[in-house]
Amino acid sequence: MFDTIHSLPPRPGVGFKPQHFDNVMSDPGPIGWLEVHAENYMGDGGRPVAQLRALSDRFAISVHGVGLSIGGAGPLDPAHLDRLARLVGWLNPARFSEHLAWSTHDGAFLNDLLPLPYTDTTLGRVCAHIDTVQQRLGRQMLLENPSSYLGFAESTWPEPEFLREVVARTGCGLLLDVNNVFVSATNLGFSPVGYLDAFPLEAVGEIHLGGHDADEDDHGLPLLIDSHGRAVADPVWSLLDVVLARTGPMPVLIEWDTDVPEWPVLRDEACRAERALALVTPG
Amino acid sequence: MQTVSEDLFGQALLDAAQPVPEGLTDGAGRPAGRRYAVYRNNVAVSLREALAVGFPALERLIGAENFGRVAGLYLRQEPPASPLMAGYGAGFPAFLAGLPPLAHMKFLPDVARLELALRRSYHAADSTPIDPAVLQGLDEAALGAARLRLAPSAILLRSAWPVLSIWSHALATDAPKPVARAEDVLVARPGFDPEPHLLPKGGGAFLAAVLNGSRFDAALERAGADFDLPATLTLLLQTGALCAIDVKESPDGTAVRPA
Repeated sequence: MFDTIHSLPPRPGVGFKPQHFDNVMSDPGPIGWLEVHAENYMGDGGRPVAQLRALSDRFAISVHGVGLSIGGAGPLDPAHLDRLARLVGWLNPARFSEHLAWSTHDGAFLNDLLPLPYTDTTLGRVCAHIDTVQQRLGRQMLLENPSSYLGFAESTWPEPEFLREVVARTGCGLLLDVNNVFVSATNLGFSPVGYLDAFPLEAVGEIHLGGHDADEDDHGLPLLIDSHGRAVADPVWSLLDVVLARTGPMPVLIEWDTDVPEWPVLRDEACRAERALALVTPG
Repeated sequence: MQTVSEDLFGQALLDAAQPVPEGLTDGAGRPAGRRYAVYRNNVAVSLREALAVGFPALERLIGAENFGRVAGLYLRQEPPASPLMAGYGAGFPAFLAGLPPLAHMKFLPDVARLELALRRSYHAADSTPIDPAVLQGLDEAALGAARLRLAPSAILLRSAWPVLSIWSHALATDAPKPVARAEDVLVARPGFDPEPHLLPKGGGAFLAAVLNGSRFDAALERAGADFDLPATLTLLLQTGALCAIDVKESPDGTAVRPA
């Protein structure tokens, strides 16, 4: 239905931060590709656009949207879809991905990835929104599993089955955020490996890893926060090994969005991803 | 089964006085409680931080604690209208002007406008500055009939306050103390980094006319008798703020650019 020529190399990537521009160009280490947040590159010009052009001459780029509100109750914002189509048009990135979440309500953009119940109604809505995006962009998109801090009593679909059905109905691919699996499993008390057993791994086109913070809920139970503000936790690396053993080599991204460290720290995280990939790379 | 609409989930996010919606649970089916507060916190903190990043001089001028309080009020009254966070805060100057506790600092809205102009300039379209020789090559009649065009990244801010002096003094300890006067400011971006410049006498009126599409001679008239034209033109050329001169009118009245 959609082109399949767009894909990322099965190597480590990092979420690009402007302060790392010179480092990325001169000392990329094992980095094979970069990811940028779509909304940061929708301006008319200046440094952001110039940096992105220069990066795209050298690296495969993944465009990661945080503002489409695909899980939202209302229709997609046509102006935002136009901006996205313009960016994807000139950049021709290797991938475009978005979240199973909502962020805009009643005209207000809330700047967070908010959760939705998994019901037949929301399933239909998410699929309709993904259809719209893929038609507009003329390419397949990837949908990312969220970090959950709570559940909805009304939900009737387990998340992996919900995502499997979305893939079946829309032909989209999936972005598997392994940290999100670990965070959600810890917060809601399910087995992360059991989640992966049910997850349609054959649809995964990209993997995310990021750091989380630890808190507690009202009952003193662990409540992990998907902060992207520190190194990836050891159990998440272990879970990555489980995933890669099943999928084979994959594009693996390190996300670090708050308290962004100096380049060598981020590059070291990418090196660790490279070692994990080496375990499953033939030859 | 208790359902939680997006309306309900969204409204309680920005209003801590509302109870956590029923129908949200932990993994064992108990009420979500402070798990919901994670989302409340994410929304408020991320928007407050976006404002702090966008308005650093304002934060210095009123202090981080006060700024946090003011930002908290603003983000609830006027959350972003689009996912482009680079544009968030366009209504902040008007909001500040209407805030009674800040009524004694009447210059704050203009400082906010300057910080918005710097951000807008940063993301504005690229343009090629004109060659100064083009300007020098025009005779008096041709220059008078010409229209200057400012680069998309060049922004004029006219203030009844010493807005640039206050902004500089807030961000740099070695900047001179502001003195009471009106200041007109040109924000320009020669490369990728916008900078604000104090306009010479009459420069604000001149550029306001230019931006309204006036001919050069009409803009000169608006600038007044004490207008420092050479200093203004030098500033415009040095900062790459001019991207075209439309030198003559075609028969249908539309301007054409020199080859």
